[in-house]
Amino acid sequence: MKELKVQYEKVLSDYLLNQNESNLYIGQNLVRELMRSNVSPEDLVSIHKQSMENIVPNLPESVSNSFDFLIEVMVHFGLKLKEHQSLLLKQEEIRIEMEIAAKIQNLLLETKIPKPNGLDIGMVSVPVRKMNGDYVHFMHDDGNYFSVAVTDVVGKGVPAALCMSMVKYGLDTLEYANNNPSYVLEVLNRIIEKSVDDSMFVSMFYGRYDLENDIFTFGSAGHEPALYYNSKDQTFSDLDSKGLLLGVLPEIKYSQKDIHLSENDFIILITDGVTEFRNMDNFDSRAYIKRLAKSLSHLSAQEMCNKIFENLNKLHNFQLADDFTIVTIKKY
Amino acid sequence: MGVLKMRDHPTVKIVTELDIVAARRLSRYMAKEIGFGVVDQARIATATSELAKNIYLYATTGEIIVEKIEKDGQKGIAITAIDSGPGIANPHKILEDGYAKSSSQGAGLPGVKRLMDSIQINSEIGKGTVIRIEKWVK
Repeated sequence: MKELKVQYEKVLSDYLLNQNESNLYIGQNLVRELMRSNVSPEDLVSIHKQSMENIVPNLPESVSNSFDFLIEVMVHFGLKLKEHQSLLLKQEEIRIEMEIAAKIQNLLLETKIPKPNGLDIGMVSVPVRKMNGDYVHFMHDDGNYFSVAVTDVVGKGVPAALCMSMVKYGLDTLEYANNNPSYVLEVLNRIIEKSVDDSMFVSMFYGRYDLENDIFTFGSAGHEPALYYNSKDQTFSDLDSKGLLLGVLPEIKYSQKDIHLSENDFIILITDGVTEFRNMDNFDSRAYIKRLAKSLSHLSAQEMCNKIFENLNKLHNFQLADDFTIVTIKKY
Repeated sequence: MGVLKMRDHPTVKIVTELDIVAARRLSRYMAKEIGFGVVDQARIATATSELAKNIYLYATTGEIIVEKIEKDGQKGIAITAIDSGPGIANPHKILEDGYAKSSSQGAGLPGVKRLMDSIQINSEIGKGTVIRIEKWVK
């Protein structure tokens, strides 16, 4: 420390004699030594003050006092800066943890799109943040049924993701695709109502497709209605079935409905992230999506999903407000 | 803690914001007397200021007590902040940066710890908080 003081005073007095670049450079090189000796910024101001008092005889008192003032300010400044830096460090730790968690979630919730005979299925699911609050679960066993659940947890991020894992395992325990949608919704409602925090709700659209008779049976727990396109009439209708969100009350009954699909008909299941457009009050997004889907109906189910996502994402200026999930099921 | 004994030491009651300045003044004066350099005086005054501000903002009233301390021939200063305010929930965790919300009692304590050699926090919810900080002349 003493040596450093002498060194600093020497470099400073050199600079006062000759204000050239080389002396500035030597001064800055001292910083490494200062850091090694744990000299804080306020210590340095104090060293500077003493050096000035030694170099300049009769240093005006005001100048001397100004350094005392600067010492005070630097102590507090350093305090706040350290606080800020350690918060940044903490934030970085959290970011890394989130990344790992998101990877694990992706592994856990990975769904394979099944290829049942007579159906063409496509899907796009894009989270707004790292963790997805939407989840699509397909089931297709060797029997004559194929089923699909589209789920949206009210809430985002980590809490939503944790809740979603439970929904997945709830669906996994059902094992077979031939269950009635009303039964599936009732079972999941019980599981979620029992085990999840009161502030957490889940909406779900559950559909079962009878591959032999081309009958789609569906039920909904407060979920965005699906779209059904009748290719013969070239008309859309909403697939809606009244039902409370999952997890609100125990022992709720859910109803289910049937529709029959013919060749080239398709069904589009969506989450509210697809239809929600903030700052566009008079925009009928469902009508827009219907027009869009109709114009794309010659494409495969997957291509339809991709194009609809591209189009809507552009409409959102590439800044989605909510997790976005769309599943298309086409009968061919 | 021997509060009665502590009353023998210079004490500043914290009621108004001006009392924060009085507490700073007292701790700086004592630090100088004990033999701390200018920079350490500034650190001690700043730490005292943070404690006094905590009392003023969150406990409404309390006091700051400044003592000269000695151990093994080493001289030092101890500042104790006592209040009967709402108390701090997790005194051991409060010293982690970012644990306390920025607008709550204890938010400045990690910084205070850095300025001093040691910090001790005793707190009980609903009863109050006693914080003692020490620094030794090097």
